[in-house]
Amino acid sequence: MSKHTITLTVNGQEQTHEVDARLLLVHFIRENLNLTGTHIGCDSTSCGACTVHLNGRAVKSCTVFAVQANGKSVETIEALAAAGNLHPLQEGFWEKHGLQCGYCTPGMIMSAKDLLEKNPDPTEEEIRWAISGNLCRCTGYNKIVEAIQYAAEKLREKEPVA
Amino acid sequence: MTYHQEGAAYQLEDRFEHHSAKPDNASAQVETQDEVRVTTPPDVCGMGHRMKRKEDPRFIQGRGRYVDDIKLPGMLYMDIVRSPYAHAKILDIDASAALEMEGVVAVITGKDLEQHGLHWMPTLMSDTQMVLPTEKVVYYAQEVAVVIATERYIAADAIEQVFVDYEPLDPVVDPFEAMEDKVIVRDDKETKTNRIWHWEAGDKEATDKIFDEAAHVVKQTMHIPRIHVSSIETCGMVSDYNKPMEKFTIYMTSQAPHAHRTVFALVSGIPEHKIQVISPDIGGGFGGKVPVYPGYVCCIVASLLLGRPVKWIEDRSENLQADSFARDYHITAEMAADKNGKIVGLRVNTLADNGCADAAANPSKFPAGMYSICTGSYDMKAAHVNVDAVYTTKPPGGVAYRCSFRVTEAVHMIERMADIMAHDLGVDPAEYRMNNFIRADQFPYKSPTGWEYDSGNYHGALRKAMDMIGYEALRQEQAEKRARGELMGIGISSFTEVVGAGPSRDYDILGVKMFDSAEIRIHPTGKAIARFGTKSQGQGHETTYAQIVAEELGLPAKDIEVEEGDTDTAPYGLGTYASRSTPTAGAAAAMAARKIKAKAKKIAAYLLEVGEDDLEWNINKWQVKGSPEQAKTIQDIAFAAYTNNPPGMEPGLEATDYYDPPNLTFPFGSYICVVDIDSGTGEVKVRRFVAVDDCGNIINPLIVEGQVHGGLTMGLAPALYEEIVYDENGQCLTGTFADYLVPTAVESPKWETGHTITPSPHHPIGAKGVGESPTVGAPPAIANAVVDALWHLGVRHIDIPITPQKVWQALRENGVMD
Repeated sequence: MSKHTITLTVNGQEQTHEVDARLLLVHFIRENLNLTGTHIGCDSTSCGACTVHLNGRAVKSCTVFAVQANGKSVETIEALAAAGNLHPLQEGFWEKHGLQCGYCTPGMIMSAKDLLEKNPDPTEEEIRWAISGNLCRCTGYNKIVEAIQYAAEKLREKEPVA
Repeated sequence: MTYHQEGAAYQLEDRFEHHSAKPDNASAQVETQDEVRVTTPPDVCGMGHRMKRKEDPRFIQGRGRYVDDIKLPGMLYMDIVRSPYAHAKILDIDASAALEMEGVVAVITGKDLEQHGLHWMPTLMSDTQMVLPTEKVVYYAQEVAVVIATERYIAADAIEQVFVDYEPLDPVVDPFEAMEDKVIVRDDKETKTNRIWHWEAGDKEATDKIFDEAAHVVKQTMHIPRIHVSSIETCGMVSDYNKPMEKFTIYMTSQAPHAHRTVFALVSGIPEHKIQVISPDIGGGFGGKVPVYPGYVCCIVASLLLGRPVKWIEDRSENLQADSFARDYHITAEMAADKNGKIVGLRVNTLADNGCADAAANPSKFPAGMYSICTGSYDMKAAHVNVDAVYTTKPPGGVAYRCSFRVTEAVHMIERMADIMAHDLGVDPAEYRMNNFIRADQFPYKSPTGWEYDSGNYHGALRKAMDMIGYEALRQEQAEKRARGELMGIGISSFTEVVGAGPSRDYDILGVKMFDSAEIRIHPTGKAIARFGTKSQGQGHETTYAQIVAEELGLPAKDIEVEEGDTDTAPYGLGTYASRSTPTAGAAAAMAARKIKAKAKKIAAYLLEVGEDDLEWNINKWQVKGSPEQAKTIQDIAFAAYTNNPPGMEPGLEATDYYDPPNLTFPFGSYICVVDIDSGTGEVKVRRFVAVDDCGNIINPLIVEGQVHGGLTMGLAPALYEEIVYDENGQCLTGTFADYLVPTAVESPKWETGHTITPSPHHPIGAKGVGESPTVGAPPAIANAVVDALWHLGVRHIDIPITPQKVWQALRENGVMD
């Protein structure tokens, strides 16, 4: 198994690691970096529990090799409240009961964050399509949609759309 | 609880002192209300408040702790070699190549387990199931051997290097063929037959007589297909055997940690106090984390043999292909009505495909669980139910999919039959239900199959649902659309649920009675910890249990820490499934709090220098009647319990309660679904769905809404999308999320919910349980809506899941399309 040295930025911190060529990014995040907020729910890129941001875009980290993150920046759920305040999405999920078992929640939040960065004022249908790569078995999605609408509004109040 | 006062011993006999209803009053007629009852201010946050969940801060910040997040020093990883055949003899297992790989520590086979007598294990229904096979495999993806290695990736590589020599045998895929006993699945048993049991409920003679004399009879066969819970977290374990202490610490995806500890002790002979089962945060359960799977047993054995912690985490494909399944009932039902169209009788024959073991999760005296609740919400004279169960070469069936006790199968059948009868008689399905419901004044209602329904108001729930959706206008719209050739359907389901297992006379797990428990300790500073024998998997127990205690004692819910899942610290309980937590442990929470309140009264009387009879309770304090400024809050009393307790009284303020419910609870509801069908593709679109649930008194409306939404989506799923499918060789064709279609946010409609409140007369806080109701009630509403759209074309029934292909086929067969 060939080893590779990768240098990447994880949640704002640059770091260098030696990894196997075949190591999946999700295992790198969970096992090597001990950031266990990112979860695994399937083996076919279907469930989205492992969603993180790679260079600012949502990706399913079970389908990216760690070596592909070399030179890039990775953001995980653990970074969202780093400054001590909850991100509006985290507030929204709490306020609107957008989670139950919590297992899909980090991936769901990271997908929603990607949506709101691209589209600050999405329609309900746009929200539903944006999280259609993230499976939730507990909530029936209604309250997740409400949570994202709540966050979108909060974010627009902070930075009004031109 | 006993304590001493001035030399005399007092026994707190009257644990029901503050009871609204005595527990022997198992059923009674109760009034239905619309408004959620709130008696405490927001800072106390007792029952009825929409409290934000106390558990959420860790989950939204990625700080939950699930089994796969646990990493111990020196931990090894286990992976499983699985069978590529549904039925085959094992001739040889050669693990030498795997054992030569760097990093591989051990390979364990059935022969190894046999030396410890652990190659078979009991199921929840007292049948047996293989842990690892010694002779043959009986389902595709069955566990054949396990590999333990230093790294997860090495273990995964090594299972490819274990070579198993199989001699394929004929599979038994069709349960009707299984009845013929041409190929025997379980030849380990003395009796060479695939038939497991035959069970009957109701009065056959009376029912047959009613059918002989009936004016109208309708008959329908239907299949309630095999489905899988697919919680987003799969199953897993970290087993840590500490050799010097001879103690196991087992982190496990368990909905029933205490029951699992007892089962492990009974099966292995390891003393029960040397097994600590910890069920940490659980990523969804829905019943799939009730059974003991072979992987768990192998993981424990591996840590025992190697003296090191061993982790096992399933892949999704393993979870979908090999873990236990739900449903798989083949039903032939007949309904009889008199000349006025009134339902008079029901006759049901059922074949249950239980797979290779009777591992059903309906631990009761009834092999088909609560299936005989199948007369549903309708008053009728007689009913008779037959069920035969057979073995097939499939993984064990009969566990839950958000309902384990066969209520879903029963409700689907009766709600389809009521609709077929209504359509056949040319009566509107809503009107037909109204004419046949058990009336509110008939409760407590004794059903023809022997159930005593505690309370209900079926007319009220259906009327409310009809008003919410605008039923009459929808029927008009449907008529107009039909005239234009458009396909629109309206479906109703008015279900009766039965939850809260259960009274110990009928419900037990391997003999352990199905009570549940609560232990509350109030700290000197007026904060508290409450521990329970149940285990939340997302239901929000950390919030709702705190609200129950807050309601009873006036301690702010935010000041009460709720803990579950650690068998070394929590009181014994049977776990969380079958909507039983609120009916059992929720009741125990109220009862334990009432014991504390009774002791608090004695302390308050001592502190205020008055007699107990002079005191009255007011939200969070005992106050002197007529002089409310003379009062002691629960916090004052807690401090006194540790610092200034009455002479002769035991210090401290805590209580435990084990609650064995006097009856089950009977939540109910009426759902109405509107579908539009594309006559070109057969695609069904759920346009609207109104759900009115009655789960008795509501602890937290926000959480109840969440439970209902989630349950509705888990009802939509088998109605339109999900099915575990096998080919003729017994190979599972739906082993990934690419084939097994869990609904996304796009398929899931915007649910519209409402409630009526008919409190349970026997539950201490009048609650009933709600998690399962929507999964039970939703599928027939959707199926009825589809058939309602197509009935005029000659379509009487379509089996779920109602795929576009099935609808398209039905349209073609009835000449709608070429």
